[in-house]
Amino acid sequence: MRSIPLLLLGGAIAVPASAGTVTVTIPRLNVAEYHKPYVAVWVEPVGGGAPRTIAVWYDVKLLGNEPGTKWLSDLRTWWRKGGRSMAMPADGVSGATRGPGRHTIPLPRNLRPGNYVLNVEAARETGGRELVTVPITVPSGAGNATGRTELGAVTFSR
Amino acid sequence: MRSLAPSLLAAVAVLAIPTSASAHRQWLLPSETSVSGTDSWVTVDAAISNDLFYPDHVAMQTGAINVTQPDGSEGKIQNAATGRYRSMFDVQIDKPGTWKIGTFATNVSGSFKLNGEDWTVGRRRGPPPAGANAAPPRTVATVAEIPAGATDIKLTEAINRNEVFVTSDAPTAIVLKPTGKGLEFDPQTHPSDLVANEPAKFRFLIDSKPAAGLKVTLVPGGKRFRDAESAQELTTGADGVIDVRWPFAGVYWLNVSASDANSSIPNAAQRRMSYTTTLEVPAP
Repeated sequence: MRSIPLLLLGGAIAVPASAGTVTVTIPRLNVAEYHKPYVAVWVEPVGGGAPRTIAVWYDVKLLGNEPGTKWLSDLRTWWRKGGRSMAMPADGVSGATRGPGRHTIPLPRNLRPGNYVLNVEAARETGGRELVTVPITVPSGAGNATGRTELGAVTFSR
Repeated sequence: MRSLAPSLLAAVAVLAIPTSASAHRQWLLPSETSVSGTDSWVTVDAAISNDLFYPDHVAMQTGAINVTQPDGSEGKIQNAATGRYRSMFDVQIDKPGTWKIGTFATNVSGSFKLNGEDWTVGRRRGPPPAGANAAPPRTVATVAEIPAGATDIKLTEAINRNEVFVTSDAPTAIVLKPTGKGLEFDPQTHPSDLVANEPAKFRFLIDSKPAAGLKVTLVPGGKRFRDAESAQELTTGADGVIDVRWPFAGVYWLNVSASDANSSIPNAAQRRMSYTTTLEVPAP
């Protein structure tokens, strides 16, 4: 059975592993009470169509009466655009929150070429919330934008 | 002058029904309208006051509050309490979908003559007549109690709704399905899909038919933090629809009232209807 995963890996090397890379910068904030932000990354086709969630970072370890999923709706735009229809955890999409720094996220390889708006939304406990949007062309076009408070640079590159 | 008193009482009884005819606004304010998952509770404030959403006049009674679960079955309120200015209660949101929380009240009031004396129908408001020898008030509580010999029966039917919507995870529409009775809210934009930078379309129906020419009032809460009340009055078109453009993100109180002569109650020449809801409009 070991040969099957190896075969898949071989296929992944032969063609581009992803449709591009999104880099999200979470800024270091000098605040009295800091919690790592919840972040959602999704793309919306420019010509209309369903948004597709690429990544959701939330407190996956917090369970019980008030699980980490309780505050996913604080990512209010993502929530309205489709987050509320997703089941968490989502395979290959959801993960733990991340601290300040640059984080890279590959766009799924099966994302069809075309024009999209890349959305990155961050919401922080006892902090603010920000949405950064970047128009992108998959697979070739690069783009970037910078948040002002909760997010730093957001870039898309090949 | 004696004959005036009972009809005055009747008028008071009609006015006491919560409609937009009264300056005071009855409101329900849920702590949130979009929740993630089914481990949530919302806590709701219920009061009657001029300014939204400041409880500074009287509490709304919680006895008539109904909960409709996303599948249409009846739910319940919990931990209800009534203070001087405000009532509160909780609803456990333990199923995904859109919930409806609020009141649906029908009431008939009016007057009739019996043996030349004026009587009123409907629960009498106000203090009892002063003095031990005062005549008992000439009133009956319900239409069924109107005696056989009554003449000049004049009745008004009132149908009032005040409801809010809370959605867990993805919104659903079962609780929004019109019942066909009285003035109803038939939103084309789901109340849980509202956002400040997108217009919303709301339709109003009377007995399932589009209600044209109704004046719909929308008042944002939090007047204390700005100068203008920023209320808008919109008129429904021939299709019963209003197009709402939100001046800013916030919580809005919506109220519309209507009256017609199409009551299903015999001898009710007039029917008054009102619809009230509270809408949460997030920033984009």
